[in-house]
Amino acid sequence: MRRALGKVFTTDHRRLGVMYLLLALAAVAVGTTLSLLMRFHRVWPNAVIPGFGVMKPEDYLALVTMHGTLMVFFVLTVAPQSGFANLVLPGQIGARGMAFPKINATSFWLTLVSFLVLISAAHLTAGGAPISGWTSYPPLSALPAAGPGQGLGMDLWLVSIGIFCVAAWLSALNMLATIVGKRRAGMTWARLPMTVWSWLVASVLTLLAFVVLLAAVGMLFSDRHFGTNFFIPMGDMINGQVVGHGNGSPMLWLQLFWFFGHPEVYIAVLPGMGLATSLFANFSRRRVAGYKMMAGMLVAIGLLGLLVWGHHMFVSGINPYAGTAFAAVTMAIAVPSTAEVIGWLATLWGGGLRLRTPMLFALGFLSFFIAGGLTGPILAQPSLDVYLHNTFFVVAHFHLIMAMAGVFGVFAGVYYWFPLMTGRLMNETLGKVHFWVSLIAAYGTFLPMHFAGLAGEPRHYDRLTGPAMNFTALLPLERGITYSALLLAAAQGIFLWNVFVSARRGRVAGVNPWESTTLEWENGEVPSLIERGPYEYELPQGEGGYHPQWESPVKQE
Amino acid sequence: MPATFTRNPVDVERNDTGIGGKPPYDRRPTGGGGDGENWENHPQGRGGPRELLIRYRLGLMFALSGDLMFFVALVSAFFVRQSTGHFDVYNHYTTDWRSLAVPPILWLNTAVLLLSSVTMEIARRQLFHEIDVMEEWLGLGRPAVKRAAPWLIATLGLGLTFLVGQWVAWEQLVQQGYLLSAPNPSSNFFYLITGIHGLHLVVGVLALMAALMGLFTLKKVEFRQIAVDSVAWYWHTMGIFWAFLFVLLVFFQ
Amino acid sequence: MLIPAAYALLKIGRVVWMPVDGSLHGPAADRLMWWNLVALCAIAVAGHLWLAFAMLRRKPAKRSVPAMARWVLLAGFCGMYAWMALTAQNLWAETRYEGPLQTAMHVEVVGVQFQWYFRYPGPDATYGVTRPRLVNAAAGNPLGIDPRDANGRDDVVSSVLVLPAGREVELRLRSLDVMHGFFIPGMRLKEDAIPGMTLHVHFTPEKVGTYPILCSQVCGLGHDRMQARLMVVSPADYAAWIAGRERAREAEE
Repeated sequence: MRRALGKVFTTDHRRLGVMYLLLALAAVAVGTTLSLLMRFHRVWPNAVIPGFGVMKPEDYLALVTMHGTLMVFFVLTVAPQSGFANLVLPGQIGARGMAFPKINATSFWLTLVSFLVLISAAHLTAGGAPISGWTSYPPLSALPAAGPGQGLGMDLWLVSIGIFCVAAWLSALNMLATIVGKRRAGMTWARLPMTVWSWLVASVLTLLAFVVLLAAVGMLFSDRHFGTNFFIPMGDMINGQVVGHGNGSPMLWLQLFWFFGHPEVYIAVLPGMGLATSLFANFSRRRVAGYKMMAGMLVAIGLLGLLVWGHHMFVSGINPYAGTAFAAVTMAIAVPSTAEVIGWLATLWGGGLRLRTPMLFALGFLSFFIAGGLTGPILAQPSLDVYLHNTFFVVAHFHLIMAMAGVFGVFAGVYYWFPLMTGRLMNETLGKVHFWVSLIAAYGTFLPMHFAGLAGEPRHYDRLTGPAMNFTALLPLERGITYSALLLAAAQGIFLWNVFVSARRGRVAGVNPWESTTLEWENGEVPSLIERGPYEYELPQGEGGYHPQWESPVKQE
Repeated sequence: MPATFTRNPVDVERNDTGIGGKPPYDRRPTGGGGDGENWENHPQGRGGPRELLIRYRLGLMFALSGDLMFFVALVSAFFVRQSTGHFDVYNHYTTDWRSLAVPPILWLNTAVLLLSSVTMEIARRQLFHEIDVMEEWLGLGRPAVKRAAPWLIATLGLGLTFLVGQWVAWEQLVQQGYLLSAPNPSSNFFYLITGIHGLHLVVGVLALMAALMGLFTLKKVEFRQIAVDSVAWYWHTMGIFWAFLFVLLVFFQ
Repeated sequence: MLIPAAYALLKIGRVVWMPVDGSLHGPAADRLMWWNLVALCAIAVAGHLWLAFAMLRRKPAKRSVPAMARWVLLAGFCGMYAWMALTAQNLWAETRYEGPLQTAMHVEVVGVQFQWYFRYPGPDATYGVTRPRLVNAAAGNPLGIDPRDANGRDDVVSSVLVLPAGREVELRLRSLDVMHGFFIPGMRLKEDAIPGMTLHVHFTPEKVGTYPILCSQVCGLGHDRMQARLMVVSPADYAAWIAGRERAREAEE
């Protein structure tokens, strides 16, 4: 009994990493189910769904809110940042563990509590889940009378996010203290694997962004329960009742929320970028093209990412000159992103790639990064954003760049580091089928959404027909999207099957199955001094020659 | 050997062998021993207690920089809120921000908190005093603990005095009719900011009590040092935060 | 990967595109959109061709891409982004930096869960005072216009936005309860209606016709039904319509 408890309440970072990944798996399963219900409802609005009946508009909005919150917080933040970093970060820098193992474990348990509170918001409250979307703009989110689910459901949402913020803050400070303070001698900044760089930048963003959300959530909670007026404007009325008696400003929430919300996007995608860089080098047996530039550009993306939050508010009454400034900074962030893509493509250019499953998913990440990233400059232009803001074009954009790229990064990580978790390799054939079906289905789901957006269809609409505007011309398109989404979800069954079967009966991996150079693959004792760079592959000299970081240069002579 | 407080603390900081990436100071080609690069002799195994101390300081620094950002968010909300208003029935742009006269007891509280930072620093330095620490390390007695404990207790008293003083300030405001839920945003923010800071100080007081207990229960002098050092830096930071918040509340109404 | 998308497009027979534009500034925005989409699609395709080439290339190349080539390519992209930002900025400045013409007509747009109201200031060109407490849609006063205010006597409230073609219109956006998004796809116009704030946008409808008005910011369970119509009519028809509304209002009194 004590041993079992010891296994659960562990401070071992690898175990915690796996637990984070399992938590993300649970969240993604729920989140995907919700999105399928949404897709189903959009195409067959009058169908009776088992367990739901005919879906009401508030049900649809509750689904949107829960889907967004689960995916952004509990999947895209938890899996790449907390999950994988716990699994391999100490190994990659040659440390024995995290700087603060107990804080690390606390952070996990807080995240779990936050997840449970969020789920209970949907299932245990009378009004159901909140309907104000994951952005929770007040006064809709500030007033229980504003809609179903805005009562206890909204309170639980706020509590859940508050707990998550604390957990993220603890996790980030632990990660930063580990990266800065626990590197092995000789593991200089220029010898860090790109994944460590990306976790470093993402941790800084986490540290700075989540506390701002915590402040905003606290103020909103105070507005709801302690009679303050931070966000509720003067004379605001709901259902014929005047409720606003101070002049709070909803814009204040927008500023605080997006100061968190935009860096959050980078927190979700940066680890994927670092991992993709590593995998491209590993599976092309080539050094990263411009390591220092790639690392520097990651930092640049992080810094600029803190300055662009205003582009979510081009049409929310910010000063038009501020709009120009935010547009310029947003456009500027395209430059380091492009530099990353050029660096990746330059690494890959030489060909001779080993197209194993992790590599395929990293390539898929790159494909989504290009396809989703390139609509970024369009949305960065306020005069075009005036039309596209809050339409399905934006939905398509962030699902490609954040959701699909992020998730493909996570898949790449799972396939790549699976031997570290189980000692076995995942099945290659199943992995490849999983990749190609997922890739095609993901594009089939999200590319057509651009056209729905161009047709002017706003987000959060639960049906295509309205009193004034009819989007019935989109119905075939929407059907295609729904079929594609079903296929995408079904393809994940292959993945789950592969995980469970390979964990028990997969091919035994042996030492360093991918012939990697980074330290997490070192089986024996890591030397006390690191003297090699992270990506010393030498393809042209001889097939697959490489020098892992744990080798000393002398031995090779 | 535990860390000590010597005449030139900078050298001691540099002497750290644990921080990643850099060779030990005395083994750097440019300084210390002077017999060339000798990384291989770097001791194996766990870094020394100095590494642990540095690690705790590092973690605390990151934690507090996040905390700083938290207060920055509140303060920027304060300024944004101060500048917003609405159009009244006569179409004049008015603001409902009515400046609130800060209770004078706040000045006293501020002085108490700053004083507590001084006592805290004295206590912290006692634990890094070379001769005493050596004595403790060799197991000859606990002079550092004996010297530090009264100062820690003094800090605890001053911290509690500050919290009580803040409570009194709230009572006075409530009597003047400035409630948390008053339609005056200035009042909202006063309670929010002092309340959040007070919460931080409650955490600080609890940590101080823990450190005080640790002073007598922890077996190793290194851990006693870490306990007091971490609390001290936290305490100083809260003092500095309060100084800024106080200036904000008094002069930027 | 493009196959399912192409299939979906084939199946619907025609590409879904932006609705017909009816505004003065629309064609420039559409042109900009078109060029942006073409340029970025071309880059996406080029990137994927590069990727496909790298994946299909079996025999590894001897030389890697020179660093110079990467920097030149990046500089090219910088130039393109700068060009995009500048052209878009011109349009943004044209539509947003300056207020409306003196001759512009004024209409107030008010969002309420889940309904748009449009208020015309009447012959006196001044909006009457509104008070939240007087809001009573059932009694015919959905915006809470104060009957004691003379300016409000001639205000016309409509649930359809009727505008004369070719004349600039200045919209003043308000919301009574939660945030709404005022979106006319056919006019390439969107601006949020935020409670507690009054936002202004101006545009010129050019083509006679009926255009849907949507809510683009989630505002509650009726969000997707919060729609209205914009009817752009000839100036003569508009004059007749507004005169009719004025007479109807007087008859009510």
